[in-house]
Amino acid sequence: MSRKSEEPLLQLENLSAYFHDKRIIKDINFSVGRNKVVSIMGPSGCGKTTLIRCVNRMHEMSPGGTATGKIIMDGEDLNKINTIKVRRKIGMVFQRPNPFPTMTIYENVIAGYLLNGIKIPKKISHEIVEDSLSKAALWDEVKDGLNKKGTYLSGGQQQRLCIARALAMNPEILLLDEPTSALDPKATSRIEELVVQLKENVTILMVTHNIAQAARVSDDTAFMYLGELVEYGSTKEMFTVPKDKRTEEYLTGKFG
Amino acid sequence: MTRTVYLKEILEDEKMIKRRIVQNNFSGVLITFISSLVVVPLVLILFYLLVNGISSINLDFIMNLPKPVGESGGGIFNAIAGSLIIVAVALVLSVPLAVLGGIYLSEYPDSKTAELVRFSNDILQGTPSIVIGIFAWVLVVVPMGHFSAFSGSVALGVMVIPLVLKATEETLKRIPSELREAAAAMGVPYHRVILKVVVPTGLKGIVNGILLGATRISGETAPLLFTAFGSPFMNVNAGKPMSSLPLVIYNYATSPYDEWHKMAWGASLLLIIAVFGINMLARIFVSKKGGR
Amino acid sequence: MNKDIFMEKGFKVILKSAGIVILMIPALLLVTLVVQSAPAVKAYGAGFIFRQTWDPVREIYGALPFLAGTLVTSFLALLIAFPFSFAVALILSEYMKEGVIATILKSAVELLAGIPSVIYGFWGLLVLVPLIRKLELAAGIPPYGVSILSASLILAIMIIPYASTMAREVMSMISGDIKEAAYSLGGTHWEVLRKVVIPTSYSGIFAGVLLALGRALGETMAVTMVIGNTNKLFTNIFEPGNTMASVIANEFTEAVSDLYLSSLIELGLLLFIVTAIINFIGRLIIKRFEIKGAGK
Repeated sequence: MSRKSEEPLLQLENLSAYFHDKRIIKDINFSVGRNKVVSIMGPSGCGKTTLIRCVNRMHEMSPGGTATGKIIMDGEDLNKINTIKVRRKIGMVFQRPNPFPTMTIYENVIAGYLLNGIKIPKKISHEIVEDSLSKAALWDEVKDGLNKKGTYLSGGQQQRLCIARALAMNPEILLLDEPTSALDPKATSRIEELVVQLKENVTILMVTHNIAQAARVSDDTAFMYLGELVEYGSTKEMFTVPKDKRTEEYLTGKFG
Repeated sequence: MTRTVYLKEILEDEKMIKRRIVQNNFSGVLITFISSLVVVPLVLILFYLLVNGISSINLDFIMNLPKPVGESGGGIFNAIAGSLIIVAVALVLSVPLAVLGGIYLSEYPDSKTAELVRFSNDILQGTPSIVIGIFAWVLVVVPMGHFSAFSGSVALGVMVIPLVLKATEETLKRIPSELREAAAAMGVPYHRVILKVVVPTGLKGIVNGILLGATRISGETAPLLFTAFGSPFMNVNAGKPMSSLPLVIYNYATSPYDEWHKMAWGASLLLIIAVFGINMLARIFVSKKGGR
Repeated sequence: MNKDIFMEKGFKVILKSAGIVILMIPALLLVTLVVQSAPAVKAYGAGFIFRQTWDPVREIYGALPFLAGTLVTSFLALLIAFPFSFAVALILSEYMKEGVIATILKSAVELLAGIPSVIYGFWGLLVLVPLIRKLELAAGIPPYGVSILSASLILAIMIIPYASTMAREVMSMISGDIKEAAYSLGGTHWEVLRKVVIPTSYSGIFAGVLLALGRALGETMAVTMVIGNTNKLFTNIFEPGNTMASVIANEFTEAVSDLYLSSLIELGLLLFIVTAIINFIGRLIIKRFEIKGAGK
């Protein structure tokens, strides 16, 4: 996974997104390097969730949702590729844990394959399940109950199951949409630790409304305000010497 | 690593992806096609009603009384009047009870009694109309000793209770509790809060429920067979047998005479127009002036 | 002021009594049917259900032909209606929530639901039955026209609106979260429906089917007019038959002896109990489906 490691993996060029006529995000430009954790923060309603939903083209599925601009991954414009393939390369984890209620833990992990009607040999599917759950730091907790329904797990465990489910598809990018907003502090810190570990394998874009979380886990941070990208750069720098006044105000709790 | 390569290969297999996209499109088209077939019987029924019914409907048909077998002409005025009377009496009998019951359910939603009322109401709603006909027969026809329009109204009234009760409950439940609290905070007694604030606010929904209930029962036939029974004569006395549009349709439709079939088509068209008309009225009524 | 306090109490009592009166109606209905059918129950016991003969002249009453007629027509109707209802529900809840096609379909379903039963029967008798008779002639089957099959077809059309509305309600209860998750894994629309939405709604759809069945079991007029009304047990679906509801409709006013009447009322009692149980189970499942939040 270390090939071409200097080139950015993902580039956004003049990305704008709309709900009907209303522009939610405006001309966003930035690029994301390989094996980085990038936080996207900003007050609620600033368009940060819409931004990552554009990346795997989930935004266009919402009623009235459209987007313009380019999203380039490995030199390919994602808008020109079928969404099936886009979402194969880019996994997503949502605000609230959402394991499939009719599936067992085991089935949830390989849900991407089941869903896509792909038959994989048992041996390989066992490997995928163990490997993905281990990467998601859940294997030890569930290995004796893989045939239980995913919904029996605690909220934090469910969220890690959802991470495992996304990892099972071997994505190059993982989108996390406020993954800890529905979790208690202890479960939150486990997910945060996990995010740091995961960057060995994937590039992570994480939306968060929690400033401390962005500071703890991310290499780079984007600050958005009213649909615009105000500032983007190394987390360390932004948290010590913010360039924009609005960023400074946000970081010091003056709004949001 | 070999596993990753293997998975990458099958996940990015172009043929496979193409197949899945084709399958997706095909299933979409198939589902659209199957569902669109539902329109076919509707169109056929309305087409036959219009073509056969329109020629029998004229002023004489609506204003005259039926003629004896063998004589041509004649109308169904008695059935139209009968339907109106039977349905009106049914509503008078049942609406106050159902609305009060609906208020009760929305005001005390969690009490044990409310649970039971809701359960009974569901059971009643699912009860076949013919069974309710038997009920009205035992309750009214047997003590009176003969069939009567009133017994038909009792049967239809019992049928309409669940609909009106549900509509009332659903409507009132959606009225924000702040409204109640605002009125109660001014020291307005409870019954006034309900009658002067809550019910008027939800009036639209309740009236809509009543109108829809009226359309449901105005097409009912089965419970009238041995209650209102039907009559070839003009009658406005609810204590006696009375005709109604659905009864006339049934009697004429199952007769062997073409002349009567024609009358049945006319009566059917008239009934459909009435039912759809009230339905539309209810909808316009609700959408007007914004109300809930 | 005292008057107000008195009124306030009185009003609460009135509301509660209205509730209690409504509560009593089904109970009273049940008691009435039980009392009225007692003579038949005493005379025939459980044999009533299993006897094939229904002969008012010899005062022998067996309900088997009607039970069979009711069950076969209802299940056949359900079988025919299911794919259409399901497709309509999928279109309206998943494929096109708005737009021209959705509006047409929605209105069609509502209009079908609004057509009175007697008009379905009349149309069936004058349009559908002659057509089936022609087909039967062509196929070399005795051309009754009026038959179990005709009744099932009419019933199927009649329950499509009900079944599709139920299925649609159930599917729209499924949380968007899990659908999004499925899409984010690269599922196509069809795959998301097939592997996530439909399996998650199984219990709700089953409940909808039950409630539609309850409807079909009690449907009277349309069935009466096209089923042929023979009190002999049918041997195939192309033969005429009779259902519990339609035999009551046909013979109630002609029933002269007490036992005859009581036997008809016992049919009504059976019908009431069966539909009540089916409705109860159906609504229970739907309620549990609602509370469980359809997959959370």
